[in-house]
Amino acid sequence: MQQLVNTLLGGLTLGMVYAAFALALVMIWRSTRIVNFAQAPMAMVTTFIALRIIEAGHSYWLGFAAALLAGLLLGALVERVLVRPVEGKAEINAVILTLGLFIVLHALASVVFGNRYRSFPAAFGIRGMEVGDMTIALTGFGIFTILAVLAVMGLLVLLFRFTDLGLRMRASAYNQEVARLLGVRVGHMLTLGWALASLVGSLAGLLIAGGSLVHPGYMDAVVVYGFVAAVLGGLDSPAGAVVGGLLLGVSLSLVSGYVGSELVALAALAILMVVLLLRPQGLFAQARERRV
Amino acid sequence: MQGSGSGFAIRGVTVRFGGLTALSEVSLTAPPQQVLGVIGPNGAGKTTLFNVACGFVRPDEGTLHWRGEDRPGLRPHDLAGLGIARTLQGLGLFDKMTVLDNVLVGADQVAGAGFWSGLLGLRRSTRDEARLRERALSALDELGVASYAGRYPGSLPYALRKKVALARALVAEPELLLLDEPASGLSDEEMAELGERLRGLTDRMAIMLVEHHMDLVMSVCDSLVVLDFGKVIATGTPDDVKDDPAVRAAYLGEAV
Repeated sequence: MQQLVNTLLGGLTLGMVYAAFALALVMIWRSTRIVNFAQAPMAMVTTFIALRIIEAGHSYWLGFAAALLAGLLLGALVERVLVRPVEGKAEINAVILTLGLFIVLHALASVVFGNRYRSFPAAFGIRGMEVGDMTIALTGFGIFTILAVLAVMGLLVLLFRFTDLGLRMRASAYNQEVARLLGVRVGHMLTLGWALASLVGSLAGLLIAGGSLVHPGYMDAVVVYGFVAAVLGGLDSPAGAVVGGLLLGVSLSLVSGYVGSELVALAALAILMVVLLLRPQGLFAQARERRV
Repeated sequence: MQGSGSGFAIRGVTVRFGGLTALSEVSLTAPPQQVLGVIGPNGAGKTTLFNVACGFVRPDEGTLHWRGEDRPGLRPHDLAGLGIARTLQGLGLFDKMTVLDNVLVGADQVAGAGFWSGLLGLRRSTRDEARLRERALSALDELGVASYAGRYPGSLPYALRKKVALARALVAEPELLLLDEPASGLSDEEMAELGERLRGLTDRMAIMLVEHHMDLVMSVCDSLVVLDFGKVIATGTPDDVKDDPAVRAAYLGEAV
């Protein structure tokens, strides 16, 4: 009983982070039809920026805020400078670009931050709670993780549903040509979309890192899980990404707890295969042909 | 012909796609408060001409004249600010946004909310916000589709979707309205209603339309430009054009 509860709680917490990462991938996919494989090293770089600041003796929260801001700027920069020239071109160009950026950021991080494991602090306790005679694996940092992701999702919903800017961003994502005709500065919207997605990715990076070890490759598995979660929910559906992230987090946690932790990555790929075979449009997106 | 009163003009515009000359030294004027029809057989260059007018295609030669200025071309996102609106053949409605939101995207621009002010949260007051919605609703109301404001375009019949698209173009109160095949897919009655509506709009704006339905073209347009193989082969009133031998030759086999 205790093990099941703890496994589920662990899965839920991890699932929230996958959900955030999947959401970042979906935001970029919706606006520019690009799967941003470089999302992982981008989040890794911003987490290292936070680590530098914290190691220099500043507070965790300053590092946290700096990482999110760096994520915002890095996303905008990547879209404006690197992605813009391949937008609207053959899809393979963007795939190669983001994979290339993946490798470049990895290499740069190894040079700048060093290629060894370093511990990253957590803002809150990472001990479980005692409820009666059970130790529940819900930590202070776990609760913070869940609340932080929920808060960011709530803010994104507010932005997209209830503001003019969100309306224009949605219009740009649905049909760039029409949005332009209606006077929307589509380029600005795409830059902002990448910036926000990168911010969400950075948040996921910080949450994964909290109370754990970081090195230039620590986010690489997460981009795979985030991608599986996004496909599970339907690449076009932000709500699907969130549910997909949670489902995946809980499933992988169950695999890890009851089957064997060495099978987690394999299980994620198996889930991806099953989804692609049985419901390639994802659980939540309506089936429809891709516009070309 | 300078001055803002002269309307919209295309002067000596040539567009080449690779080795193909899609438009060759095309000139035309869409005077204020008039309806100008652009007709011609398939492949004559009508759509390219429209794409030049709305900035999707930049001409290789020639200029556009609008609001008293000669311009080498326009940029699509500047159109709304310049008082030009365009509808698309495929309507281009945002299917996942409500009818009202679709129109709000168009209304948003006239309200002048800049990117940075929007980003920094310097939002318009709630009263302005309400005025914007009011304006979008009244544009829908003018077309008789305000009751569908909360619906999604995909759930509406085609004729209603066309009205929503027109409302979205009109909400910005353009001085020049570019209509790409406004009658396609409409019944005879709906087409007659559209014709009346367009005549009614001319007290506020110039209209330039590309259309295949000759009944509508003949009854609505003040003047016509006939394109064939990227060249203007005739201009004049609908009656002039109808009797023009070059036009008859271009349309051989098609009823004019």
